[in-house]
Amino acid sequence: MENLQLIIPELFISIMIMFLLIFGVFKKNSSLVVYNLTTLSLVAALALIINLDTQIQSSLFNNSYNIDSLARFMKILLILSGIFVMLSSSKYIQISKISKIEYPILILCSILGMMVMISSNDLIVFYMGLELQSLALYVLASFNRDNLLSTESGLKYFVLSALSSGLLLYGCSLIYGFSETTNFNQIMINTKEIEYGLTFGIVFILVGLAFKISAVPFHMWAPDVYQGSPTSVTVFFALLPKIAALTVFIRFLYIPFYELGDQWQMIIIFLSIASMVFGAVAAIGQKNLKRLIAYSSISHMGYALAGLSTGTTQGVQSSITYITIYLVMNLAFFSCLFMLKRNDEYYENIDDLSGLSKNHPLLSLSLLVVLFSLAGIPPLAGFFAKFYIFVAVINEKMYFLAIVGLLATVIAAFYYLRIIKIIYFDPEKEKFESKHNLGLKFTLVASTFFILAYFIYPSGIVDIISQININ
Amino acid sequence: MNFPVLSSLILLPTIGALFIFFVRSSNSQYQSSKYVALFITLANFFLSLYLWIVFDKSIVDFQFVEEREWISGFVNYKVGVDGISILFILLTTFITPICVITVNATIKNRLKDFLIAILILETFMIGVFCSLDLVVFYLFFEAGLIPMFLIIGIWGGERRVYSAFKFFLYTLLGSVLMLVAIISIYWITGTTDVIKLYELGIDAKYQNLLWLAFFSSFAVKTPMWPVHTWLPDAHVEAPTAGSVLLAAILLKMAGYGFIRFSLGLFPDASLYFVPLVYTLSLIAIIYTSLVALMQEDMKKLIAYSSVAHMGFVTLGIFTMTQQGIEGSIFQMISHGLVSAALFLCVGVVYDRLHTRLINRYGGLVSIMPKYAIVFMVFTLGALGLPGTSGFIGEFLVLMGAFKKNILVATIASLGVILGAAYMLWLYKRIIFGKLINEDVKKMVDLKKFEIVTLWLLVLPIIFFGFYPEPLINSIEVSVANMIDINDLDKINKLVLGE
Repeated sequence: MENLQLIIPELFISIMIMFLLIFGVFKKNSSLVVYNLTTLSLVAALALIINLDTQIQSSLFNNSYNIDSLARFMKILLILSGIFVMLSSSKYIQISKISKIEYPILILCSILGMMVMISSNDLIVFYMGLELQSLALYVLASFNRDNLLSTESGLKYFVLSALSSGLLLYGCSLIYGFSETTNFNQIMINTKEIEYGLTFGIVFILVGLAFKISAVPFHMWAPDVYQGSPTSVTVFFALLPKIAALTVFIRFLYIPFYELGDQWQMIIIFLSIASMVFGAVAAIGQKNLKRLIAYSSISHMGYALAGLSTGTTQGVQSSITYITIYLVMNLAFFSCLFMLKRNDEYYENIDDLSGLSKNHPLLSLSLLVVLFSLAGIPPLAGFFAKFYIFVAVINEKMYFLAIVGLLATVIAAFYYLRIIKIIYFDPEKEKFESKHNLGLKFTLVASTFFILAYFIYPSGIVDIISQININ
Repeated sequence: MNFPVLSSLILLPTIGALFIFFVRSSNSQYQSSKYVALFITLANFFLSLYLWIVFDKSIVDFQFVEEREWISGFVNYKVGVDGISILFILLTTFITPICVITVNATIKNRLKDFLIAILILETFMIGVFCSLDLVVFYLFFEAGLIPMFLIIGIWGGERRVYSAFKFFLYTLLGSVLMLVAIISIYWITGTTDVIKLYELGIDAKYQNLLWLAFFSSFAVKTPMWPVHTWLPDAHVEAPTAGSVLLAAILLKMAGYGFIRFSLGLFPDASLYFVPLVYTLSLIAIIYTSLVALMQEDMKKLIAYSSVAHMGFVTLGIFTMTQQGIEGSIFQMISHGLVSAALFLCVGVVYDRLHTRLINRYGGLVSIMPKYAIVFMVFTLGALGLPGTSGFIGEFLVLMGAFKKNILVATIASLGVILGAAYMLWLYKRIIFGKLINEDVKKMVDLKKFEIVTLWLLVLPIIFFGFYPEPLINSIEVSVANMIDINDLDKINKLVLGE
């Protein structure tokens, strides 16, 4: 039982969930308190994770739960993003009248599920984490229940996600059938030869995972859910589930099926190219910023998958770097979105940004930086993210993937430029409110500064990530 | 030499930009931010002048080299100058303060933002010319797109959005292949350090594809026919200062890139593709000169003339002779000065009459005599009259070309005649002729700051026309070394069977 100290962060969050639930039910009008306590407990969980001994590499519970450098880094990333999401959206949920005690608790539940996913080394544990995460997200997506779009998005997400979970479970059972075990390491030992059933299992699981990170052709839910959900939930969708799903992707491909690289590499390359190109092309016609960022994130996931498709440690590390920078960029973008508020109403159409630079020079400057960074123009952080990916991809002589990816960045640059054009070149509109709460301002400034100043010391993150080894 | 001169050159404009950004100023204080910008750019000019004086012209090696760890174990931040790059740095630091002086007349709104954009752009431009690492070079090369996009888009003319997008996307599309090539070079040779790459050399079997990837980027930026169409649009719509920077410096990045990377890293491939470059250059020279003849918009005419002049540059570079390359560099510097001056001249009359159509003018000589004089000098500089810097460049290029291929040189010489035709015709239509337009009569002659800026450009054009020694002197050793280390002469002889 002494190993339990390694999962103290998870235990802590579970206890906090129960405590907050009871606290919220018994104390009237406590939604704000619960919200702040949730943020605090995330901070505490972050401290607990950082406090764990970094040298420990161990597997708990019959080798089904991994505490290693990958899990550690991804959990820190996850909880940090969680904290920033909570900080930036606190005002939004009050104004949109979705400030209920369930909201932060559901977020905690979902984060707990993701932590389990990140550490899982076993198909069943992984599935458990996934479902905990997804169930909380279904509710969150439709949290604004009086809003037609929100309920629609919740339902749509539920139906499609349930279908993909079903496929995933079917894949798990196939793999179990052919390898007689659910443990990742054990699967690797038991599957020395390729069997059709096994390949089918891999494909089913990959489909399920691709659905979770919204890779083309399993992306259909993303634009509607992004647009329909309350913005505070959209930012959650855009950041946290991607971290968890990418980690599972890495573990799943690189531990049990590393030897079967030929079986899955083509699939990942296809997913990657399709996502990069489709995401870039489909975003061009969008009018809603949330919908646009949905397509943009589809495209970004394509780049992260390109790193994974290389089958090398370097590729995995480049993907992790990519997702880290992607998180910061999206966080900055959504912080800007939270600032487009006038008379207690939030604006989310591209046209609402028209001439923003005249009235809000600082906000537009941040947007400018974020959008150029998303487009991957040096010297901003987004360029380095892509750069690491292409370094890994070209090292494997996958020139086709690299060139398609780079051409997709040019297409994508067009729609980012279009937003910049609307902000900077178009005539101005009515002013937005310029008073914002401190958490939101801090999030925006910190993330924009990160993007801007990344080039000064790019080795920092890379050095940390290069210590992550998968096996 | 411990003081990091080059890094200071790169950083100084950014510091100035940050200063302007953070110091809050009301509308009346816009002037003060202008003086800050002027001060910073002038300081940068004197710093680079100092660099030129201290620079040892007899040494082949790169000087003032600074190296710092950057992306650990992969890319180092490395800058340094040789005789070629130092001239481009000087050109940049010389043109930028002139742009800052002109903003008064041309930029009506958001002056502060404009100055910030120009200063940031200067940082990137200097960075391009002194980076000695491919990744660092790419970083600066691409980063320049951001401020230029904003300069065209925010302060440009009517079709500014179209032009800004065209400029950005064309250049970006051209450059992405270069990134693939740079990363490939890293995996082939294990380094992106230019000096090391010069020593190591790149295996001939990879060179052709890599050369093409670099070419796609530089050809768009030069611009070479047939990917030149973004240039007239960008020039026409950009504000005067933007056009000046675009013509004088941004285009030169590509010519510089051809010399530093295409010739330096891929000598075999460069030789292999000589016919391609010759053909495209000749088409650029003849075709765009003819197109320039037909233009009714002054800026467009000068933009097309830029394409033709850059055609001479690419032609000269790929003659791979001492004269040809020196001539190209000289032509780039000279064109940097002359085209900057011409765009300023267009800006002068545009500010008064608010049209760029040539037929709206005529008979300016009696209304604006001072203007007529300087415009004359620049016109002659552009068509390459002996005694102006334009002549030296074209002459050297043609000399190099005659050495290699008489047919090519003859056709290129035709371009000189066409150049004289469109420039003189432009001059005739604007300055001479009858005064038809009543509005023209109300135009006032050059103001003080215009006289200063334009004469600042007249002086070097004439000085280097009569006495090119300082420039030639500075590039001679570096060019000779470039030809030497890559055995361009030997390769040439082998191919020509001499």
